[in-house]
Amino acid sequence: METALPLILSGALAVLVVVGALFTLTAAIGLLRFPDLFTRMHAASKAGTVGASLLLLAAGLHTGELYVLFRALAGVVFFVLTAPISAHLLAKAAHEMGYRLSRLTVRDDLKR
Amino acid sequence: MTPAALIDMATSAALVILSIALLLTVVRIVRGPTLADRVLGLDMLVAVAIGMIAVIALRSGFTLYIDIAIALGLVGFLATIAFARFILARGLNPEAEGGRGAVAAVARKPAVSGAKAGKKAQGKGRKGKG
Repeated sequence: METALPLILSGALAVLVVVGALFTLTAAIGLLRFPDLFTRMHAASKAGTVGASLLLLAAGLHTGELYVLFRALAGVVFFVLTAPISAHLLAKAAHEMGYRLSRLTVRDDLKR
Repeated sequence: MTPAALIDMATSAALVILSIALLLTVVRIVRGPTLADRVLGLDMLVAVAIGMIAVIALRSGFTLYIDIAIALGLVGFLATIAFARFILARGLNPEAEGGRGAVAAVARKPAVSGAKAGKKAQGKGRKGKG
């Protein structure tokens, strides 16, 4: 806390941090309450990515240094690129191995 | 209120919220019911840990923590990919998974036709074993 930030900027940072944490909490609640693997995956990979990205962005903006911001942005880009790939691969593997969909599912385009 | 106090308060609140998210994710990993659910829980655990490390970086002022978060993201990505390939390569149906994972989940889920689905799953499990 050695840098003296203006009140507006630190307020924006505080909002960013709390909103990011709430997104992550939403993802965790969705992970706990959705009925089957594929709906859980939808909660974890989308809301979880947004939450972690917002928190990284807040950490990058905090010092006001450009190289810190770029490092944080690199982390955000990396996370946004890899989260859909891993979620897609896991969903494809699970579907191919016959993991059951929830009874609430109305449509399955990959049915064998 | 001073800016430093505001950020201090916000990061404290965020750490509490993230701890709750971490606990909920651990509950999902323990409850399962299948291997893929646990892998997904571990993936989510990595995301929560990255967020937590970012908050700690903001709170302590050590920007080196951001690099640690990036490294953790890389490791988590590779772990999830490896687990997905493992699920694919092992070639086991979840209902043949020792009869413990998916069968229990199917029998627990439906309220009305629970007995029927349970019987069907049991039959399949027996067929798989024999």
